[in-house]
Amino acid sequence: MPSFIDRRLNPKAKSLSNRQRFLKRARAELKRSIDRQIRTGKIADVDGEHVVPIPLDGTSEPTFRHSPDEGRRQGVLPGNRQFVAGDRIPKPPDGAGQGGKGGGASDSGESEDDFNFVLSREEVLDLFFEDLELPDMIKLYLKENTTKKPRRAGFSTAGSPANINVGRTMRGSLGRRIALRRPKLEEIEALEKEIASLEAMAKPSPANLALQEELRTRCEVLKRRRKLISFVDPIDVRYNRFEQTPVPNASAVMFCLMDVSGSMGEREKDLAKRFFMLLHLFLKRRYQRTEIVFIRHTHEAKEVDENTFFYSTESGGTVVSTALDEMLRIIAARYPANEWNIYAAQASDGDNMPNDCARCIALLQEQVMRLCQYYAYVEIIDARESSIFANTDNGTSLWQAYRVVADAWTNFQIARVAQPADIYTVFRRLFARRAAVRAGA
Amino acid sequence: MTHLFEGPDWTFDRIAAAYDAMAPVALDDLRLDIYPNQIEVISSEQMLDAYSSVGMPLMYQHWSFGKHFLREEYLYRKGRRGLAYELVINSNPCITYLMEENTMALQALVIAHASFGHNHFFKNNYLFRQWTNAGAILGYLEFAKRFIAQCEERHGTSAVERVLDSAHALMEQGVFRYRRPPRPSQEAQRHRAQARREHEERSFRELDRTIPRSGHGTEVKEPLRDWPGQPDMKLPEENLLYFLEKNSPVLEEWQREILRIVRVIAQYFYPQRQTKVMNEGCATFVHYHMMNALFDRGVIPEGAMLEILQNHTNVVLQPAFDDPRSQGINPYALGFEMMKDIKRICEEPTPEDADWFPALAGSGDWRAALLEAWANYRDESFILQYLSPSLIRKLRLFVLSDDADETDYEVASIHNERGYESIRSVLAANYDVASRPDIQAVDADMMGDRQLRLNHAVHEGKLLEEDSRDLVLTHIRRLWGYDVSLADIDAQTGETLDEWTADPE
Repeated sequence: MPSFIDRRLNPKAKSLSNRQRFLKRARAELKRSIDRQIRTGKIADVDGEHVVPIPLDGTSEPTFRHSPDEGRRQGVLPGNRQFVAGDRIPKPPDGAGQGGKGGGASDSGESEDDFNFVLSREEVLDLFFEDLELPDMIKLYLKENTTKKPRRAGFSTAGSPANINVGRTMRGSLGRRIALRRPKLEEIEALEKEIASLEAMAKPSPANLALQEELRTRCEVLKRRRKLISFVDPIDVRYNRFEQTPVPNASAVMFCLMDVSGSMGEREKDLAKRFFMLLHLFLKRRYQRTEIVFIRHTHEAKEVDENTFFYSTESGGTVVSTALDEMLRIIAARYPANEWNIYAAQASDGDNMPNDCARCIALLQEQVMRLCQYYAYVEIIDARESSIFANTDNGTSLWQAYRVVADAWTNFQIARVAQPADIYTVFRRLFARRAAVRAGA
Repeated sequence: MTHLFEGPDWTFDRIAAAYDAMAPVALDDLRLDIYPNQIEVISSEQMLDAYSSVGMPLMYQHWSFGKHFLREEYLYRKGRRGLAYELVINSNPCITYLMEENTMALQALVIAHASFGHNHFFKNNYLFRQWTNAGAILGYLEFAKRFIAQCEERHGTSAVERVLDSAHALMEQGVFRYRRPPRPSQEAQRHRAQARREHEERSFRELDRTIPRSGHGTEVKEPLRDWPGQPDMKLPEENLLYFLEKNSPVLEEWQREILRIVRVIAQYFYPQRQTKVMNEGCATFVHYHMMNALFDRGVIPEGAMLEILQNHTNVVLQPAFDDPRSQGINPYALGFEMMKDIKRICEEPTPEDADWFPALAGSGDWRAALLEAWANYRDESFILQYLSPSLIRKLRLFVLSDDADETDYEVASIHNERGYESIRSVLAANYDVASRPDIQAVDADMMGDRQLRLNHAVHEGKLLEEDSRDLVLTHIRRLWGYDVSLADIDAQTGETLDEWTADPE
């Protein structure tokens, strides 16, 4: 008789750690392919599963095997129809139609063909964060799906010892003791005192002795009863119950502003894209509903879709204030500030018409910053310039103008960015504030 | 008689009832001899898990298993590949995994196939009896898993991974092909050395030393047993993993143990590689016979039997060479046809069969003939012994010669009187494991530069594929610690064709 075992409930995903080992090993290649997908994909796409081709370098498993194009071999094939011994069949041109030859003699080494597999959202984000140099806590925060907070929700009969509610427990205990008539210590002591006084009599009468006997029995009964009915019974214990409730979220809108004049090249746009992605990830984590508005500008600004935003170039001058005007127009039309949390992210190479800067300052100070939760500006500079500009106040006209605003508003952040690792600095305050709120919660 | 089951849904009770009905057919009718069965039901995810750890229920951890898992998972999710209905493990008790998605008819089919067919083959075939210890394999894998986990803890994951990577590259070269007398264990060697010392101490007499030596050059030299020097490495050696485990000058004890683990697992799978056709043929023949016997008895409903037959036909489908589905010879089809053919030869032989198989033809007892074949052959010898002209004609087999220097293939033999013998021997040779690369360790000068020399015997001008050869050589160098070279030696003439050295990492 065989034994039957139902293994369906056994732990699944036994190969999870093998999977992680493989990903670790293939990390460099995966990173490259994720970067490629980030460059070509949409901003919101980074937050999800990705299909990536399996990398071959570093993950091949070599064995000694015969090369298919050397030597002489014979194979047996089924299904002959018209061949007779001595027939010659021309070989197919290189690479094509390998299936027809060799039969059993073919080497089984041909299994390394291209195939894809799915990276989970978590794994994609890990790779995305890799060169942004985010602090760990923030990585964790961005990966978290929704923010939840424990909230008191009555009492329960099960829980961890740390959550025992003493008051409730004792209330239950008292009620039970009363209901079951648990003898009080004073009752027993009173009886014992009486017995002692009876015993103390020099010449007890028979009636007295009988009384003494009866009192003793009663005292015994009470003592046993007291022992049987415990002071605190497991059924009295109550725990505080907590429920994880999501923190109330609202909607947020994110404005992406970018200068698309000819001076913004591939590298600049790629950096800008990562900057927008990071803000979008943050907003998605914090708000239930996020929308993105793309505004590009040269000497005039226009709202466009994501594809146009990143992939088409315009020629013309550079007037930054037009983008701010457009943003204000859209806010007024579609995103009333009392219903929407408004975030803005602007990327530029710092060029602006000299006489426009004053207008930018005025617009920001008087209108935009009153509506915005946060305004982040990155100026994308050449890697070679980064050392020159690192610690100086001088710079492009726009930079100098924005410094004035930044001094006045704490939620206005500016940074010069030459490589992905620099991006995070503009968000530092944003995340620092959130982290403080979380720590306090 | 009532049916064993109705409808597609299975329950454990129905499976048990079906098993009980099948057991007499297998044991009394076919006279199978099996390990006790352990039948486990698993989900598709668990089946994927099992795939990625070479089908074993437990395995040590390595990234390559993760890679295989990702690959299988992707193909499965895309619908490009279905999962096996079952997985069977050569262990005692014999473990069969059934997929929970199978219908009841399929479960019955799979139990007949795996729990009786494969199980009998594992227990009785001489290769499995000789090379594998079914009772011990699960315990050994548990040890291996624990040992490697401990090594990772002590020496770091990447250090262990390096050894495993290199060992995996040599897995094909990590098996013994021939039985040899067991070496005394280390324990026994220590005992012997101690006994020898004790004997010397006992027989030592102070007085002997006073006997004057009888002149120069005749004094007895102490044997240099314990001196470091050229050790006896028992060369040549074709089991490279074994050779490196015993003789590598740089490996530490735990690294040697890891090589040993990989080698033991490779050896465990070695019989399976040599008996693909027979193993699957045996299981397919057994399920076909058992299902028909039960159907004749009226205990399997007709609808279920149709489903069973449809699955059976899918398994033994042999597309012709020019069919787009063709992947060469289907081992299930070849094995099943050959075993059916043996039955036919025993029962209704033609004069031709009497010519080719005088002992078998008309003997009547096909059960005994099959049991004998299952027990004593492997794919190569089985085909050489039993492939009949009538089956060659039925499958319309032909031999195609491929010479890399020519622009054409040549049809060497077809299914006619002149071709039978040649088709049979070519097919047998294709299933011979000896047709895989033949590489041996031949020399290592331990007193000199310690370079390890390997020979690759080149048959029929078949050279090694260059990229993978260089990578594997680097792996060998990692395990050996000194230079490694590989020479291509023509097997016929004995001349050295070329020589390669391993690149350092």
